[in-house]
Amino acid sequence: MLLSIDDVFKIARLARLGLTEDEAQIAHSQLSSIFGLIAEMQAVDTHGIEPMSHAQDISQRLREDTVTETNQRELFQSAAPQVKNGLYLVPQVIE
Amino acid sequence: MHWEIVIGLEVHVQLSTCSKIFSGAPTAFGAEPNTQACAIDLALPGVLPMLNRGAVERAIKFGLSVGAHIAPRSVFSRKNYFYPDLPKGYQISQFDLPIVGQGSLTIQVPTGTNGQTYEKTVRITRAHLEEDAGKSLHEDIQGLTGIDLNRAGTPLLEIVSEPDMRSAAEAVSYARMLHTLVRWIGICDGNMQEGSFRCDANVSIRRPGKELGTRREIKNLNSFRFLQQAIEYEAQWQIDTLEGGGSIQQATVLFDTEKGETRSMRSKEDAQDYRYFPDPDLLPVVIDDEWIEQIRSSLPELPLSKQAHYTADFGLSAYDANTLTSSREMADFFEATLNEVPNEAKLCANWLMGDINASLNRQSLDITQCPISPRQLGCILKRIVDGTISSTAAKEVFKTLWSEGGEPDAIIDTKGLKQMSDTGAMEAMIEEIIASNPSQVAEYRNGKEKLFGFFAGLAMKASKGKANPAQMNEILKRKLAG
Amino acid sequence: MLTSSLSQLGAALRSKKISSVELTQLYLKRIAALNPELNAYITVNEELSLQQARAADTQLALSHTHALTGIPIAQKDIFCAKGWRTTCGSKMLSNFIAPYDAHVIEQFNRAGAVNLGKTNMDEFAMGSSNETSFFGKVKNPWNRNSVPGGSSGGSAAAISARMCAAATGTDTGGSIRQPAALCGISGLKPTYGVISRYGMVAFASSLDQAGPMARSAEDLSLLLNAMAGFDARDSTSLQREPEDYTRNLNTPLNGLRIGLPKEFFTEGVHSDVANAIESAIAEYKKLGARIVDIHLPNSSLSVPVYYVLAPAEASSNLSRFDGVRYGYRASGYANLAEMYEKSRAQGFGAEVKRRIMIGTYVLSHGYYDAYYLQAQKIRRLIAQDFVEAFKQCDVIMGPTTPTTAFNLGEKNDDPVQMYLSDIYTIAVNLAGLPGMSIPAGFSNNGLPIGLQIIGNYFEEARMLNVAHQYQQVADWHTRSPQHIEV
Repeated sequence: MLLSIDDVFKIARLARLGLTEDEAQIAHSQLSSIFGLIAEMQAVDTHGIEPMSHAQDISQRLREDTVTETNQRELFQSAAPQVKNGLYLVPQVIE
Repeated sequence: MHWEIVIGLEVHVQLSTCSKIFSGAPTAFGAEPNTQACAIDLALPGVLPMLNRGAVERAIKFGLSVGAHIAPRSVFSRKNYFYPDLPKGYQISQFDLPIVGQGSLTIQVPTGTNGQTYEKTVRITRAHLEEDAGKSLHEDIQGLTGIDLNRAGTPLLEIVSEPDMRSAAEAVSYARMLHTLVRWIGICDGNMQEGSFRCDANVSIRRPGKELGTRREIKNLNSFRFLQQAIEYEAQWQIDTLEGGGSIQQATVLFDTEKGETRSMRSKEDAQDYRYFPDPDLLPVVIDDEWIEQIRSSLPELPLSKQAHYTADFGLSAYDANTLTSSREMADFFEATLNEVPNEAKLCANWLMGDINASLNRQSLDITQCPISPRQLGCILKRIVDGTISSTAAKEVFKTLWSEGGEPDAIIDTKGLKQMSDTGAMEAMIEEIIASNPSQVAEYRNGKEKLFGFFAGLAMKASKGKANPAQMNEILKRKLAG
Repeated sequence: MLTSSLSQLGAALRSKKISSVELTQLYLKRIAALNPELNAYITVNEELSLQQARAADTQLALSHTHALTGIPIAQKDIFCAKGWRTTCGSKMLSNFIAPYDAHVIEQFNRAGAVNLGKTNMDEFAMGSSNETSFFGKVKNPWNRNSVPGGSSGGSAAAISARMCAAATGTDTGGSIRQPAALCGISGLKPTYGVISRYGMVAFASSLDQAGPMARSAEDLSLLLNAMAGFDARDSTSLQREPEDYTRNLNTPLNGLRIGLPKEFFTEGVHSDVANAIESAIAEYKKLGARIVDIHLPNSSLSVPVYYVLAPAEASSNLSRFDGVRYGYRASGYANLAEMYEKSRAQGFGAEVKRRIMIGTYVLSHGYYDAYYLQAQKIRRLIAQDFVEAFKQCDVIMGPTTPTTAFNLGEKNDDPVQMYLSDIYTIAVNLAGLPGMSIPAGFSNNGLPIGLQIIGNYFEEARMLNVAHQYQQVADWHTRSPQHIEV
């Protein structure tokens, strides 16, 4: 699989990572060699093998529907870059 | 040549759990911003989701009530995208293994002609659990958007239909039926103003029998009226566009409720690529038959089955049955009333759908707030049936009961509304009328039968309105015949 | 005191030979002296540590004690600790004061241990050399031109330089075992699910597992007793009866079957490492163990599989760092998109961005099946190899790393070479098995070598027994770096 420089920009955009032209060039060469390593996988015949998402073959536990949390807005918002009237502020979102 | 409108709905139903789907924060509506957003809802570093049993249970309830297969094993996946009201940068949802599989919902669609409906079955593709996002508030702060994450993590059931609907009326009937059902089985409060029940409509048009056209998705319709208007506008827009030689591009659109128009959302820089993958923080949800059966046995009789029962056993029309099952409370009211006056289903239905509903609507009350109980209404109806009062008098009893309270029998007594049922007294009264109007009697007997009304009026007046009309007419007819 | 085991320290504290405050101050002084050079700690907070030490002394006076009461333990800076700056080695969280405690921290607090400080680490645990930390590289106490390994390099270096009594680490692909090996200490990554991940900043959720790091296996068992246990807040936390991990320490090894996978003894292993491992195996034979040759045919694929799965999960796990609710926000942006892109471009270092990009790519439309799904399938093959192997042996042994500590800067420009340094540790994470590394000798140039011991699921007590018995006849784990005064 050959990765193009356009792919690098596309990935960076999806991941919301600003990238300069120079950074993209470096990323392109490094990612290409990493995908060279990853390519070893492609030759393996995995027909009929169940994908493994979790280390343990167990099922989800369920939490009872009760309220356990109390308001800690002040504590949590003390870490926020910008808040006003209890709201987190961001540049205007346009739909 | 005409166009066929093809509609599929995706309905987001907020489940009525008291805590969130993956955290123990409360779900109550209307709290101060961010006071109901806990560490998990805020996606602080290191927090993990824990699935709420109440949400799963409600999803199963829904699945069973639309005859769907409940997946013995379902999986939560991450839908990755960036948005300020999505704290984790992904929404936990279900992708290829949803909890509820294929089902269906039978609806009654009004034809537009008074009281007429036709039946239609809409297929449900799937229903899956997911978390809601927070809210972006654009109004108050110049150039900035405020983020309130109280709603983040509220459990949603997204119910996806097949593109089976062919008109706005069908879509609205389906949405209404779904709305009835989710409240009926107690999984959603149905409050549309608060966003507990939101519809996305996929609309396309085609020539009948041809392949499906390109669809546009109208997002976030939170009233049945807007759903109707938006679909009608959108379908007409698509028809005009195609007939004007244009083409339809797949798009997401918003309905401007003020202008009554749909408009494209500002297109995203790049096409969305949600990169779904199974959430490694959550394990497969395994639902065993025992749990399913336990939930099945706890389900109330469903509206559809009640409707069938009402039409088959009580002889009600499909329209009446549909109206009486618009909510579980309505059906309960109807049945409790009927219990007081067995065999008088039509009478009960008429009063419920007539006087009761009209009075409720006047005061914006719902059936649970009705000041008259089924027992009291039943009592009024019983007095009509046994001839104690006339229908006219019954309305008066009803009005008094509604505004002042009390008991129907006492009201009948104090207001003197009882019908005259003493035949002897009635005969004497009528004989007197005949005696004091000899010329009219003569005319009547000579064939001027129209005069019957004149005598009936006098008789009713003489009885001060209390005469049982049928009885009175019968006596009058006999006496006049001589 | 600095050479004492945890049980010796516990005894000294209980018999009032020393107070927790004194012991804490001793370590704080040592940190003050050594940290400017070694950079093993990101955050030291004397006030918070001494507050805990004073509380521990009160408990000790009342004899309400746990084995770890009053003992200063360093916490990898990946664990949220209420009131402590928790950076995960990143600029993104460089000012983040955690508002809550991780499960692991809660467990130590409950035991009365003292949080001595937050140790340096590769940024978001992504690295094998501790060079990706925003707070600077950590130096290997055995040779200051060498890396300490990563990502738990700060913890490993701190233990090795006696800057703490013990420490915690996390291991996603070898991040406990590899730095343990490179710094000459002992480290254990338990079975996935034994220690709750709640409050541990996520790298790759299906692989991340916390574990203890210390000088000896005996110390590890005491730490694991405190760290392990069911936690309802982590869906992947396993509901099991609590275990005493010290219970088997003294069991003789007669009849122990040690599996040696031929795939771990290839020409890629440095001869010094190969010799040391061979000597350790010989020692085990003397202790009554029997050697079984085994095969892990798919283990060679563990690096590629890991570098699909771990970045995929990471790319999603790190999306929450967007500068909206906490963490770094770039100054100067024209709109929301720019705020995101600048905050994340400036807040994350190069390696983290690289992995986010790999992960984003392998999950993106059109590549999911070929990369992500294929990797998940091979992950199962790798796990099945171990299931087969454990039918023939009780533990598996081999080198933890192919070489001893490499030089600082040596592999910085070549991510692939860096990734390959975890070649023997990654398969264990993919399978979810427990694995550990213990000191097994030194190279000709005086750098430590680690012996890796892999156990079957939930066989931690057995592995600790196997390690402890070796540490009764070998003294590698008691050595300390020459030029560091003890």
